[in-house]
Amino acid sequence: MRERLYGKLGDRIFIAALVTLGGAVMFIAALMAWELWSGGAKAFRTFGFWGFVFGREWNVITGQFGAWPFLVGTVITSAVALALAFLPSLAAAIAIAEYAPRWLGEVIAYLVDLLAALPSVVYGLWGIFVLVPLVRDRVEQPLFLWSAEHAPALMGLLGPPTGIGMLSAVLVLALMIVPYASSLARDAIRLVPREQREAMYALGATRWEVVRRVVLPYARGGIFAGVILALARALGETMAVTMLIGNGHQLPYSVFGPAATMASVIANEFTEAEGGLQLASLLAVGFLLFLLSLVVNFAADWILRRMSVGEGHE
Amino acid sequence: MKKPVLVVLALTLGMALAQSVSLNGAGATFPYPLYAKYFDAYQKLTGVRVNYQSIGSGGGIRQLFAQTVHFGASDAPLSDEKIAEFEQKFGTQVIHVPTALGAVVPSYNLPGVTQPLNFSGPVLADIFLGKIKKWNDPALAELNPGVKLPALPITVVHRSDGSGTTYIWTEYLAKVSPEWKAKVGVGKSVSWPTGLGGKGNEGVAGLVRQVPGAIGYNELIYALQNKIAYGAVQNRAGKFVLADLASVRAAAELKDFPADTRVSITDTPAPEGYPIASFTWILVYRDLDKDKAVKSRAEAEALARLLDWVIHDGQRYNEALHYAALPEVAVKVSEANLAGLRYHNEPLNQK
Repeated sequence: MRERLYGKLGDRIFIAALVTLGGAVMFIAALMAWELWSGGAKAFRTFGFWGFVFGREWNVITGQFGAWPFLVGTVITSAVALALAFLPSLAAAIAIAEYAPRWLGEVIAYLVDLLAALPSVVYGLWGIFVLVPLVRDRVEQPLFLWSAEHAPALMGLLGPPTGIGMLSAVLVLALMIVPYASSLARDAIRLVPREQREAMYALGATRWEVVRRVVLPYARGGIFAGVILALARALGETMAVTMLIGNGHQLPYSVFGPAATMASVIANEFTEAEGGLQLASLLAVGFLLFLLSLVVNFAADWILRRMSVGEGHE
Repeated sequence: MKKPVLVVLALTLGMALAQSVSLNGAGATFPYPLYAKYFDAYQKLTGVRVNYQSIGSGGGIRQLFAQTVHFGASDAPLSDEKIAEFEQKFGTQVIHVPTALGAVVPSYNLPGVTQPLNFSGPVLADIFLGKIKKWNDPALAELNPGVKLPALPITVVHRSDGSGTTYIWTEYLAKVSPEWKAKVGVGKSVSWPTGLGGKGNEGVAGLVRQVPGAIGYNELIYALQNKIAYGAVQNRAGKFVLADLASVRAAAELKDFPADTRVSITDTPAPEGYPIASFTWILVYRDLDKDKAVKSRAEAEALARLLDWVIHDGQRYNEALHYAALPEVAVKVSEANLAGLRYHNEPLNQK
């Protein structure tokens, strides 16, 4: 049976092409990992793998390199941005797919998707010229003055109220990842079978009860996939973050103060790295970023499998 | 009938081939506008095409070592270790050819203060070390009598990317402050004790503009072109000098100019000189045949002629683009260096 199905010449060519292309993707991914690893090997050899990962100092002059401040910066900014973006993007998805009239939903969906099409340097510029003064004058300075008067212990945690730093970077990052989380959630919600909803309505459920008891549980796989896509985007975002985060290499990071991410340090230092240990360390940071993305994706895949509806994991 | 046409065709083809020497260079972004002008003018003059990629000084040095370019360009001279590595690896010397002068100025954003502020080296070092925290600090007030300085906290802004500008800035601070030298040091990217980082000149300028009370540092050219307020710096002779083309050029008028041109002119002894200035260099192999990118004697000769043109006739393009031109003494030393260029041990005739 199989022979007859795939025996035609056209089919064979098609299969061969697919296998080649699929294999090429895997090959390229493996090659990238290998290149980053071999490029960064010198740094890993010098400081030890864990020594490099947990090293807190990054000093080109003394030749001390450690990725910990950037690892922490990447994880914090991405996680907080995701936490901030999750509910709004879910709300937008529900509003578009369930509540809004069809024409309005289309308009909103189009606008949300447009957010994803904006180049990140535009977000960065908008951040510097619009968001930073706003955050500085309306959020950071009042909070800072308040803490100076009432809770001096908090001041170290808050950091300098300049508007440039972790807070602004996280806000812009959250805005940037909304469309990724939202559009997958929207599609997942639209795919919920009509019968499921009708059954629920027949039981006398309100619209909100239908959303909560039927639509969201049914669509959670898609919603979660969107979340992971958004997280991956946040981990690797470079330009907008570099423009807004203040690029400070020192731990501990404060809420308003400057920080740095793995992507931002690579973008900053690569052009002027003269080779040797600095270049190796930058490539090693790239390798760690690769590793981090891989771990996040695997974890996501595992959770997604457990979440899928109809496989009886309850 | 047909023959003359063929001859003409062959002639034009031959001429086209003879003229199609093209040279490749890569490196510093700081002199890029100037180099673009040089190479455009040079192509119109001689037909020799020069491709220059402004990938950063570090990248230029990497390409020079990788032998993919005819020349590299850098805002900082090669370190002694790099030179030793170069000589050991390629069995020849690297020639530094200075092309122009640049300066770095302290730029700031101080609402309500209109006249240019005065700074001194030690005060700038203390600000960037995070020791002077407020604009009305006594040390700053002493340098600026009659100026009403606000009690605003100082926000330090530095380059987040590796940069020749940072190299010049930190090199100056290390010269005037032993504490800076011990704690931070000199480099294209350093471990900053305090402050925010902006990417590129525009990043630093953008942050300074956005944060009241901020102080940063920018290339003079960038500050001039974008009309950014910057302060005067006290030089070694005790004079407060506002950077401009004349004071930058004055800074390079040294009595004893080293033969390899790797000279630091920060904290210059020249009485009228601006203290935070530097040369920018083009780097070439002394034995051009050792550079795999140089494929023929014709290319080597073209390169030698180009460099000779840059340090002489090319200099007239400098000032229009806000780069200070080379002082006489630097031209003299470079002439001697360029006369030493060789191809398979034979000198290249430049004229």
